Amino acid sequence: MSPQPATTGRPAVAPEEGVAAIETYAAPRSLAEAVALLRTGEATILAGGTDLMPQSKTGRARFQRMLMNVRHVPELRGIRGTQDCVRFGALTTITELLDSALVKNRFNALWQAADHFASEQLRNAATIGGNICNASPAGDTLVPLLVFDARVELTSEVNGAAARRTLPLAEFFVGPGRTQRRATELLTAVEVPLPPDGFFSEFYKFGTRPALDISAIAIGFGAVRDGQRLRQVRVAFGAVAPTPIRAAKTEAALASQPLPAAIEPALAAAAADIHPISDIRASAWYRRELVRNVLRRMLNNVTQN
Amino acid sequence: MSPKIDVAFKLNGVDVRTTVSPGMSALEMLRDELHLTGTKYGCGEGECGACTINVDGLSANACLMFAADCHGREIVTIEGLVSDPRTEALKKSFVAYGAVQCGFCTPGFVMQARNLLEKVRSPTPEQIRRGIEGNLCRCTGYKKIVEAISEAAAASS
Ligand SMILES: Cc1cc2nc3c(=O)[nH]c(=O)nc-3n(C[C@H](O)[C@H](O)[C@H](O)COP(=O)(O)OP(=O)(O)OC[C@H]3O[C@@H](n4cnc5c(N)ncnc54)[C@H](O)[C@@H]3O)c2cc1C
Ligand code: FES
Ligand code: FES
Repeated sequence: MSPQPATTGRPAVAPEEGVAAIETYAAPRSLAEAVALLRTGEATILAGGTDLMPQSKTGRARFQRMLMNVRHVPELRGIRGTQDCVRFGALTTITELLDSALVKNRFNALWQAADHFASEQLRNAATIGGNICNASPAGDTLVPLLVFDARVELTSEVNGAAARRTLPLAEFFVGPGRTQRRATELLTAVEVPLPPDGFFSEFYKFGTRPALDISAIAIGFGAVRDGQRLRQVRVAFGAVAPTPIRAAKTEAALASQPLPAAIEPALAAAAADIHPISDIRASAWYRRELVRNVLRRMLNNVTQN
Repeated sequence: MSPKIDVAFKLNGVDVRTTVSPGMSALEMLRDELHLTGTKYGCGEGECGACTINVDGLSANACLMFAADCHGREIVTIEGLVSDPRTEALKKSFVAYGAVQCGFCTPGFVMQARNLLEKVRSPTPEQIRRGIEGNLCRCTGYKKIVEAISEAAAASS
């Protein structure tokens, strides 16, 4: 199975642009060293390799002159919570998300996405930074990260020193496999503000079998509950548009009136938020049906609980 | 010209050094360069678990790992577990329960089952099924594999 939907329009690259293009290999030991190596923008970054390896074998990855393995850069590791925000180093694996009490307690939808991710062998290798930079419309951590208003931190070398910029994850994706990351930048971390007190969240992924399946659709949902009224509603969808998306119309519909009256207008709004395509995993029609039915089920559960 | 990358790591408890190319997978290195063919090539893309190895104490698909990324790490393959009691118990129970037919998936299942039993001494059938979700078998239908892992857990705990 390919980690990219079949119809993302990423064509096979010419053989000389595949692994044959690699002239040097580097494994920097610090962030300063890594961003210095990226100065000319001619390095392909290797994290867990779970996307890069299959893409290299099928000729879909375009390689730069240098292959740079960032595993040994200590600044890219660890989950650290501060007063109002949690910082996930780019090399945080899916297994580390799953094992984190902080993720389980405060970021339930992200924990659920990690729980449904591929298989144990994959979860041990796959990183959050790789999931984000691969920018698949079906990337599973991306949907909950959008629900939690995550920001990505990008680091590059400017005048001999490391310079950072952050931008909202929602603005980072520009198309299937394409992001705002510049060739000289390393994704160093993803920062997620702690959700407000009382915020609950859910992630639901639909595939044809529980393990090792790329989502046909994914839904992330979060809100603060006030009786049957939902406040601070956030909804995100995966695999129904060229990038994972926040669903502004659905959110507005859910915030405008109490449950269960808000459900039908929210489903209509969701149909307007999404732009699914047909590919090997599902037809556009089926994806629309899934979004409507799964979202209805999620909202019915919220109403009844 | 493809550069040559020197890698040094611990393989089944022994220090090894070899030279790999950038696009080579750990599976290709193990099988073709180091001639350890117990780790199988099933799908080559992370779907079947026939290539399951242990890297720094965690199970991984060798087919998805860059060989160059093995540098400095501790790798255990099925060949490294000949005198491991838990692996012995698994091998016996796989045979006893008929959990082996063509046998192609077996090293991967044994690696992954051992990994599960290291963490959970007496797993429930549900935990076993979850533990082996990354491994495919085209022959047995899994029932016997799950039973064999249960039996090995009982025998070695
Ligand atoms: C069998 C199989 C099943 C899968 N199942 C799922 C699934 O259920 N859900 C899901 O979401 N995905 C799935 N995937 C896809 C993949 O495992 C994930 O996208 C994973 O998170 C990628 O992380 P990685 O560390 O392996 O990335 P890599 O392969 O190392 O890198 C991926 C891309 O990101 C770039 N990159 C990596 N790190 C950085 C960084 N720090 N800065 C800049 N660029 C960077 C690389 O250059 C490359 O282009 C699956 C893949 C396979 C093979
Ligand atoms: S050969 Fe590695 S998972 Fe199939
Ligand atoms: S015994 Fe043949 S694939 Fe499992």
